[in-house]
Amino acid sequence: MIRLEQRAAPSRVWAYLTPLVAVLATMVAGGALFAALGTDPVAAIRTIFWDPVFGEFAFYYRGQLLVKAGPLILIAVGLALGFKAGIWNIGAEGQYIIGAICGAAVGLAFYPMEARWLIFPLMVVAGALGGFLWAMIPGVLRTKFNTNEILVSLLLVYVAEQILAWMALGPLRNPEGAGFPGSRNLRQYESAANNELIAGSGMHWGVVAAFVAVIFAYILLSKHLTGFHIRLTGESPRAARFAGVNPTRLVLFCLGVSGALAGLAGLFEVAGPSGQISIDFNVGYGFTAIIVAFLGRLHPVGILLAGLLMALTYIGGEAAQATLGLPAAAIQAFQGMLLFFLLGFDVLTNFRVRFGRRAMV
Amino acid sequence: MDFGSINPVLLIASLMVASTPILLAAIGELVVERSGVLNLGVEGMMIVGAVSGFIVTVETQSPALGFVAGALGATLLSLVFGVLTLVFLSNQVATGLGLTLFGLGISALMGQEYAQLRTPTSPRWEFFGLNELPVIGPILFNQHPVVYLSLLLVVGVWWFLKTTRSGMILRAVGENHDAAHSLGYSVLGTRFAAIAFGGACAGLGGAFLSLVIVPQWTDGMTAGRGWIALAIVVFASWRAWRVLLGAYLFGGISVLQLNLQAAGFAIPVELLSMSPYLITILVLVIISSGRGRTGGQAPASLGRSFHASG
Repeated sequence: MIRLEQRAAPSRVWAYLTPLVAVLATMVAGGALFAALGTDPVAAIRTIFWDPVFGEFAFYYRGQLLVKAGPLILIAVGLALGFKAGIWNIGAEGQYIIGAICGAAVGLAFYPMEARWLIFPLMVVAGALGGFLWAMIPGVLRTKFNTNEILVSLLLVYVAEQILAWMALGPLRNPEGAGFPGSRNLRQYESAANNELIAGSGMHWGVVAAFVAVIFAYILLSKHLTGFHIRLTGESPRAARFAGVNPTRLVLFCLGVSGALAGLAGLFEVAGPSGQISIDFNVGYGFTAIIVAFLGRLHPVGILLAGLLMALTYIGGEAAQATLGLPAAAIQAFQGMLLFFLLGFDVLTNFRVRFGRRAMV
Repeated sequence: MDFGSINPVLLIASLMVASTPILLAAIGELVVERSGVLNLGVEGMMIVGAVSGFIVTVETQSPALGFVAGALGATLLSLVFGVLTLVFLSNQVATGLGLTLFGLGISALMGQEYAQLRTPTSPRWEFFGLNELPVIGPILFNQHPVVYLSLLLVVGVWWFLKTTRSGMILRAVGENHDAAHSLGYSVLGTRFAAIAFGGACAGLGGAFLSLVIVPQWTDGMTAGRGWIALAIVVFASWRAWRVLLGAYLFGGISVLQLNLQAAGFAIPVELLSMSPYLITILVLVIISSGRGRTGGQAPASLGRSFHASG
C-alpha cells in the first residue's frame, strides 16, 4: 500500500529537485516517443540537448539560444508574477502580437526618416503599451465585472490573430512588396532595426530587456511590498485581505506588467529576428512561456534557466528535424510532456510517499 | 450582397451542425465541473479526439468506428489529467493548460501523414421521408446521428444530475468534497468517472469536427472551440439546459458570420471571423457581472484539490 502524507512544510530539497527530475523523466518518455516514431532515441536526445551547445555547429546554435530564450524569459517573468498570486493571464500570445503590431506601426509610420535616437525608443514604448492595453481588457473586466480572466485573456488571442492577419494584408502591408502580404522589413530600416549587439551572440535588445526583467522581478518579489502582497495573495487570499492588500490593484498590476512584457517581447521580435509583420508572425512563445514559468518554479532566476532550456529544445528540435527527420510537432508534444512530469513530480514537494498501511488515528 | 442569399431554414439546420462540437464538449465539461474539477484541457482533448477519429476513419473507412476512437483517444488524455490532479494533487489550472498544450502537439504529430486525405462521409438520417417536410424537415429530420446524440446527452445529463442518486453524489462531491468523503462516498472515483465522461464528450465533439463539419484534418483545427465550450459552461451557470441554449447561440453566430462572409458584406472578413470570440467575451461579461468571484452558482469545491489527510 502506497500513500501520500502531507509534509508539515514544503520540502526545499524537492522544490529544487523537481524540475531536474522532470527533465530527466521527459527525456526518457520523449525517447520512447521518438522510438515509436522510428527515430533512434539516443541520437534524438543528443541532437536536441547536446549538439546545439557542444556539437560541431554549436557556434551557430549558441547564438540562436539567446534569440529564442529572450522572448520566452521576458514573457514568463511577467506571467509568473500573476501565477504566484493566482491571477491567470494565459493570453500572453495575444499581448505579444498586439505589442509587435503597435511597435511596428510606430516604426513604419516614420519610414524612411532616419532618427534612431527617437524612433527605436518610441517603438519600444508603443510595444509595451500595446501589450499593456491588451492585457488591461481581461484586467478591467475581471475587476469591474468579475469576468474570468483565464477565458477572456485566452479568447483575445484569437481576436489578436485576426487583427494580425488584417494588419499584414491591409494597413501595414509593404506598399513596395508587389502585393505580397507582410510589412516592410524593419531590419533593413536602420532607425527601427533591433539587430544583434554583438555579432554572432544572438544578443539583441530583447535579450537585454529579459535580463533586466529577471533582476527587477527578483527585487520586486524578495524586497518590495508589492512582491510580498503577490506572494501573500497566492498563499492565502483571506490573510491578504486582512493585511490590507487591494485585490483590484493587484490584479491590474499583475496583468498589466505581464502584458507590457509580452508586448515588449513582440516588439523586439518583430524589429529583430522576425523583421516584419506577417500572417504567421507569432510562433507560440506566449504559450511556451507558461511552461517556462512553471519549469522555473515561478522564480525569476529559475525562469532564466528554464527559458534557456526551453530555447534549447526549440533549437534542438529544429536540428533534429533537419538531420533526423523528426517532425516539427514532436517538440511541441515534448514540451507539453515536460509540463506534465513537472506538475506530477511536484507532489513530492508537499507530500511524503509512505509505504505500508496507514496507522490508525 | 443581399440578405436574400441567406436561407433561414438552412441557416438553422447548419447552426445545429456547427454547434454540435461545442455542445458536446460543454456538456461534458459541465459534468466535470459539477464534480468539483476544473479541466481547462477541453481544447486539447477535442483536438486529440479530432485526430484520433480521423485516423481511424481513414484506416477502417468506418465513420462510426472513428467516432468511438475519437471519444476513446480523448478519454485516455483526460485520464492523464485525472491521475495528475487527483492522485498527484497537481494544480488543476496548470494541468489543464498543460493538457491543451500537449494535446495540440501530440495531435499535430499523429496527424501529419493524414493532412491531405479525405474520409467517407457518414449519411444523415432521413426518418422515412419526414425530411421532405417543409421547414421542419431539414431542421429536425435530416441531421447527422451525432447531432441527435448530442441532444440526447443534454437530456441525459439533466436527468442524471437532477433525479438519480449517483447524480446527487456527484453534485455533493462538487459542492463539498470533505463532507462527501466523510459520508463514505468515493471522491476520487466520482471525479475520475466525471473526468472520463468529459473527455469522451470532448473527443466526440472533436471527431464530429474532423469527420463531419470540415471534414479534413488540419493542425489546430479546433480553433478555440474548447475554450468557447468552457465559457459556455460559465454562461450556463452550470445547468444542462442553458448549455444547449449557449452552444446554439454561439453556433448561430459563427454560421451567420460565415454566411455574411459568403454573401460578400462590406464588413472586413477579419472582423467577422473574430466576432464569435468577441461575443463570447461580451456574454461572459454580462453573465458574470453582479456575481461574486466564484460566480454564486459555481460548485463550491470547483478547482480545489482533495486529499483525505483528515
